[in-house]
Amino acid sequence: MFYREVGEFKTSYRSDGQTFPIALDRHAYYALLGVAFLVVPFLLNDYWVKAIVLPFLIYSIAALGLNILTGYCGQVSLGSGGFMAVGAYSCYKFMTGFDVYLPAEAGEWVRYALPPINVFFSVLLGGVMTALVGILFGLPSLRIKGFYLAVATLAAQFFLVWLFNKWEWAFNYSASGQITAPERAVFGIDVTGPSTSAWATYLFCLVFAVVLALVARNLTRGHLGRSWMAIRDMDIAAEIIGVNPLKAKLTAFGISSFYIGISGALLFAVYLGAAEVGEVFGIQKSFLVLFMVIIGGLGSVLGSFLGAAFMVLLPVALKNLLVGQLGWATDIAAHLDFVIVGALIIVFLILEPHGLAQLWRTIKQKLRLWPFPH
Amino acid sequence: MSTDFYYGIEVVLNGLMAGVMYSLVALGFVLIFKASGVFNYAQGVMALFAAQTLVGLQTGQVPFSHLIDAVFGLDVHHFGWTLPTLVAIALSLCMMVLFAILVEKLVLKHLVNQEPIILFMATIGLAYFMEGFGQLMWGSEIKRLDIGIPQGGNLWIENATAGLGGEGFHGFYIDTLDLYATAIAILLVTALVLLSRYTRIGRALRAVADDHQAALSVGISLRTIWVIVWAIAGFVALVAGAMWGAKSGVQFSLSLIALKALPVLMLGGFTSIPGAVVGGLIIGVGEKLFEFLIGAPFLGGATENWFAYMLALVFLVFRPQGLFGERIIERV
Amino acid sequence: MPPHANRQRMPHGHPLMREAMSMADPAAAAGAPPVPSVPVMELGHITLRFGGVTAIKDISFDILEGEVRAIIGPNGAGKSSMLNVISGFYHPQEGEIRYRGKVRPAMKPYQIARLGVARTFQNIALFKGMSTLDNIMTGRLTHMKSGLFAQAIWKGAAEREEIEQRERAERIIDFLEIQAIRKAPVGSLSYGMQKRVELGRALVSEPSLLLLDEPMAGMNVEEKEDMSRFILDVNDEFGTTIALIEHDMGVVMDISDRVVVMDYGAKIGDGTPDQVRNDQAVIDAYLGVAHE
Repeated sequence: MFYREVGEFKTSYRSDGQTFPIALDRHAYYALLGVAFLVVPFLLNDYWVKAIVLPFLIYSIAALGLNILTGYCGQVSLGSGGFMAVGAYSCYKFMTGFDVYLPAEAGEWVRYALPPINVFFSVLLGGVMTALVGILFGLPSLRIKGFYLAVATLAAQFFLVWLFNKWEWAFNYSASGQITAPERAVFGIDVTGPSTSAWATYLFCLVFAVVLALVARNLTRGHLGRSWMAIRDMDIAAEIIGVNPLKAKLTAFGISSFYIGISGALLFAVYLGAAEVGEVFGIQKSFLVLFMVIIGGLGSVLGSFLGAAFMVLLPVALKNLLVGQLGWATDIAAHLDFVIVGALIIVFLILEPHGLAQLWRTIKQKLRLWPFPH
Repeated sequence: MSTDFYYGIEVVLNGLMAGVMYSLVALGFVLIFKASGVFNYAQGVMALFAAQTLVGLQTGQVPFSHLIDAVFGLDVHHFGWTLPTLVAIALSLCMMVLFAILVEKLVLKHLVNQEPIILFMATIGLAYFMEGFGQLMWGSEIKRLDIGIPQGGNLWIENATAGLGGEGFHGFYIDTLDLYATAIAILLVTALVLLSRYTRIGRALRAVADDHQAALSVGISLRTIWVIVWAIAGFVALVAGAMWGAKSGVQFSLSLIALKALPVLMLGGFTSIPGAVVGGLIIGVGEKLFEFLIGAPFLGGATENWFAYMLALVFLVFRPQGLFGERIIERV
Repeated sequence: MPPHANRQRMPHGHPLMREAMSMADPAAAAGAPPVPSVPVMELGHITLRFGGVTAIKDISFDILEGEVRAIIGPNGAGKSSMLNVISGFYHPQEGEIRYRGKVRPAMKPYQIARLGVARTFQNIALFKGMSTLDNIMTGRLTHMKSGLFAQAIWKGAAEREEIEQRERAERIIDFLEIQAIRKAPVGSLSYGMQKRVELGRALVSEPSLLLLDEPMAGMNVEEKEDMSRFILDVNDEFGTTIALIEHDMGVVMDISDRVVVMDYGAKIGDGTPDQVRNDQAVIDAYLGVAHE
């Protein structure tokens, strides 16, 4: 009754192709954006930002990236953690002055260094570097498909973690092997380092999340998105009707890795402040992002956000409930987290393989008729 | 011959032993994949759970003790009795059969017509579930597993081969446990191959692996076959878990062995039992040899973390079906 | 005399088809005189093997410009494999393929699609995760050129191109009378409808050579008549060369100009429908004799 498309007749292909064909949806979307940019910064406190909002935004970006690769293009990847590491470490090097050592005379090495680059651009450059690495590791996808490809991405995952452990140049020869984000500011306001304010870090990540979501929507609605989905659904037929599989798959890997790299850079620089590659970017991170995409909905921009929200909120909620309210030990809460996540994955795959996004669409379907049953 | 050469041989021998261990885990994968087309990511966690159950039963642990203590404010840990090893093994096997039945009923039955990738992700969910469940049931501390197999470097071999490499060479260091593991693995593989080839159930398994519809049409119950296959895979997981657990303790990292089995399968093909064995051996030797020759001296070590995957990856690019898999012919 | 002058068929083509094709080539739509008989495809001594099995044994035939060429034969004769060879998906071990007179090297399937070869499949190869409209739009992929950055921004060049291509897709949708299902996911459509959508996807790319693999399979009489009408209209109005595999002899005799008969991978007949119908070898292998 309240939610309907009666009277919504489209008279041009442009209006038929818009993201939110129903007026109510469109208004709700603009309202949400307005609240996110103009209202929320004043309401935030440190705990909310640190525990929930920042990880939500950052992981949404990673989930968008993986969704592009796995949900739209059908290439399973278990290497998200490793690619996030590439983004983080590249961002770190650009933030601290990217240096190369070139041979000079008499067997000496001379260090040439770029000046430290503004954190906004360092994050973007981190994404670009990850895109290049992603394309490299995506090359086997031309010969290998399905699970075999998943295992190939595992090679990327383990190799990259090992690399950033051993390659001292990558962490500026620090003794602990850790990378620490120096204090950096955008327009004079700190967004990295110990003395940032909640709203500044929030807005910084929000800008990335919103812009990247818009770009993801645009890429997946046009011929690029269709060629990805064609490859996902039936790659042989796709090739026969004219899709160049090399270009399509590598583009998917590249763009997906760009997103995941940015997510990794933001995770390190803005959220954590410091990172050690084995703990932060290990295989468990890859699974986390994959679960977000499955639960949220493969092949859906909204689903990436819903899945990220779910996977970020669940451990927090469990901890508050079990440890805060019931006083159980934290490790029990952690084990239950595993149990619940695992069970939910199975339940979702059985009941709603298209995830929370499909659930949302079904609810909207019902809302069209509510309060009438049919 | 130089001492280094003999060290090299020792590395190869140890690699073969490690390879046998990998093959044990890979076998479980192959069985399930052959019969149901499901790539069971949870195989490693099944090995961990089986080992945890074995230790728990042996030492008379109270299941879910941590949870019970937290909810009811008690402080129980052990029942006070212990079980003999063989009884514990038999009961653990029953537990794995029960697990197989539940998995078929609650998970597989509902996902029958889904694409392989969905099934794969369901097994990832299952792996997470079992990992948390196992920790809740038996606790997450590292436990020592003793099933009566001697451990430690085999003195007989050491003494017999001392002196081969000149002065200062102490003879090959080969762990006795590894020798037992190899023997058990050979027994297991032989048993599986005989089962598959000469028994009625084995024939039914092969029929199901070949063509579900055809198997159904001759009256083979898919569901029963799946329960049987998962139970056998559970048994294999128990053996693998027991071997690994005896060697390095029953702990969380056991489940990561499953990840190591993946390159083994890529090399050997997903549907071949001999392939799992050969693949395991190649990976085991390849890893250790690479680390010995190149990894430790030039790359800072710890290359065993990724070498197996890279090897499998390179191999797959040139031969996508693995060593023994069937050649994939695309039909349109 | 052009090969198809004697054929019985509808007096005029479908107006929407004419409109669709006129967007691309006004001259053809205006009823220009038929092109002289030039071979579009020449297959010389093709042999195709899979491991130990020889699917195609030393077959040679040609397909002339603007004709409807049927490939018939019993099941397992190698007809689909032949179509796959023509569309470049299989590479024959022996033999030569000429496309418009020039030897065609072993190309990737997507490169051949860009040359203007489109096809439908025996077991419907639609993209089940997409709607009818999206599936048909995938047929325009070879014509869509906007770059990555234009796509990312969307407003401007990318949106304009999308709307333009949508207009072409909509004309095909009108021609095939599938407007009602344009937003439906193709997995939910009936078999006959899916076949029609697949034909639409092949047509929308404005191919010069259209390969149809059993387009009438599983259809009732009315659906077959519809499909025959569509195929003939495409051939009439735009002069699209069509090669089709078909089992329904009535359809084959009615709409094709020439027929190739295959059996066990070899060619056992080649000529007009009348010639083939009366060929003893073909009757023995495939057609049989009518019982009184």
